[in-house]
Amino acid sequence: MIGNLLANYEEAVAIILFGIGFTMVLFQRNLIRKLIGMNIMDTGVFLFLASMGYIRGRKAPIILDPSLPAESYINPVPAGLVLTGIVVSVSVTAIMLSLCVRLYRRYHTLEIDDIYRLSKHQMEDR
Amino acid sequence: MKEKFWRWLDGSREYLEDASDMDETPYREREEVKTQIRERNDSLDKRRGTRAVIRAEEKGFRLLYSWVAVISAIFLIGVLLYVVSYLPRYGQENPQTTLVARRYLEDGVRETGAINAVAGMILDYRAFDTLGESHVLFTALVCVMILLEKDRKNMRRGYEDYYRITGEGFYTPNRDGIMQAAGFVLLPSILLFGIYILLNGQNGPGGGFSGGTVLGSGLIIFTMAFGFDTVDRIASRRLLKGVTVVALGFYSFAKGYVFFTGANGLESHIPKGTPGAILSGGLILPLDIAVGLVVACTMFGFYSLFRRGSIGGKGKACSGKKAGTGAGTKAEGKDNA
Repeated sequence: MIGNLLANYEEAVAIILFGIGFTMVLFQRNLIRKLIGMNIMDTGVFLFLASMGYIRGRKAPIILDPSLPAESYINPVPAGLVLTGIVVSVSVTAIMLSLCVRLYRRYHTLEIDDIYRLSKHQMEDR
Repeated sequence: MKEKFWRWLDGSREYLEDASDMDETPYREREEVKTQIRERNDSLDKRRGTRAVIRAEEKGFRLLYSWVAVISAIFLIGVLLYVVSYLPRYGQENPQTTLVARRYLEDGVRETGAINAVAGMILDYRAFDTLGESHVLFTALVCVMILLEKDRKNMRRGYEDYYRITGEGFYTPNRDGIMQAAGFVLLPSILLFGIYILLNGQNGPGGGFSGGTVLGSGLIIFTMAFGFDTVDRIASRRLLKGVTVVALGFYSFAKGYVFFTGANGLESHIPKGTPGAILSGGLILPLDIAVGLVVACTMFGFYSLFRRGSIGGKGKACSGKKAGTGAGTKAEGKDNA
C-alpha cells in the first residue's frame, strides 16, 4: 500500500490536504477557521481531479496541430470538472461568509461556544 | 494624485497622514456596544448560572464529540488513502476513462470549431452544465444580497448602527494614494488582460470564468483606489442588474436553440468559423462573453455587498450622500410610482 501511495503521490497529497481541511472543520471553534478549513478541503479536491487527468509526457488539450493523434494530449474532462468545483466553492464561501457577518452582527463574536451561550440567554429572555 | 505620490517617494510627505485624522468615533461606539453586551451577558451568566449549566451539559457532549470527530477524521482519511493506493498509477493513461476524452480530442475541432478542447467541452458538449454554474453564481449573489443588503427589512432589526459603523471608508481606506498610484499603473493592463482572456477562450487557456474573474478584480481595484462614488457612475445598480440578466437570458436562449435544433436533427445555421481565429467556435465566444460578464458582476457584487451592503450605489444605501448616482434606484422608482 505504501509503495502504491508513493507512486500516486500527487493524489495522496490531495487526500492529505482534504484531511487537513476536514480536521479543521471538525476541531476549530471559530467560524472563520472552519471556513478556511472548508476551502482547504476544496483545494484538495481540485488537486485530486487535476492529477487524475494528467498523463505523463502529454500536452495540454489545445489542438494547434490537427494531424497529431488524440494520444498526444491529456484528458480534458477533469479540467471541466475542476472549473465547476471552483465556481461552486466560490459561491459557497461567499454565502458562508455573509452568514458569518450576520452572526457577528447579532452576537459580536464568531466563537461557536460564545454564540451558543448568548443564544441561550436570548431564549430565556423570551 | 501623482504629485502626492512623488512627494511620498521623496519622503517629504507622510503618506498615511490622511489616515491619522480619520474619524474614530464609529470604532469607539462599536467597542462600547460590544463591552455593554459583554457586561450584560456576564451578569446574566452570574444570575442564571448559565455557564455552569452549559459546562455540565457540554461535559459529556464535548468528550463524545472529540472522540467521534477524531475517529471519523482518521477513518475518512484512511479510507481515502487506501482507495488512492488502488487507483491507476499517477501519470498513466487509464483506458476506461479515455473514450469520452478521445471523442472530444479527435472530433472536437471539427464539431465545435474551438481548438481548446476544454472550452469546446464546457461550452458546447456540456454547455448545460456551464449554464448551471452561471446560475449557481447568480443564486449565490442573490443569497448574499438577501443576507447583507441594506434594505428596509434588514435595517429594521436594530442593525442600523452596524451599517453606519461598517460603512464606506472606515475599515478600508478610501481613495488611498498608494492604491491610486498602483491602480493608475495596473488597471489598464488588468482590464486588457481580462478582455484578452475572455476573448481567447476558444483558442487557448482562458474563457469566461477566468476572464470574468480578472475583470471583476479590476473593478474591485478600481473601487479601492477611486471610491464607490466614482464606480457608481460607471457600474450602477441598473447596469449590473441588466448585464447579469441579459447575459444569463442570452445564454439560456442561445443554448436552448442549439439543443433544440441538435436534438431534432435540424441545422442550427451558426457558422463555426476557422479554428484558431478570434471569431471562431460558433457560439463559444458569445457564451464566453456572457459568462464572463456574469462572473465579473458577481465578483464586484460580492465585494460591494460585503463592504457597504449594497450593489452599485443604491441611493438610500449610501446614507443619502450620493442619492442620484445609482441611476434608477429602487427607492426613486417607488417614489415616482
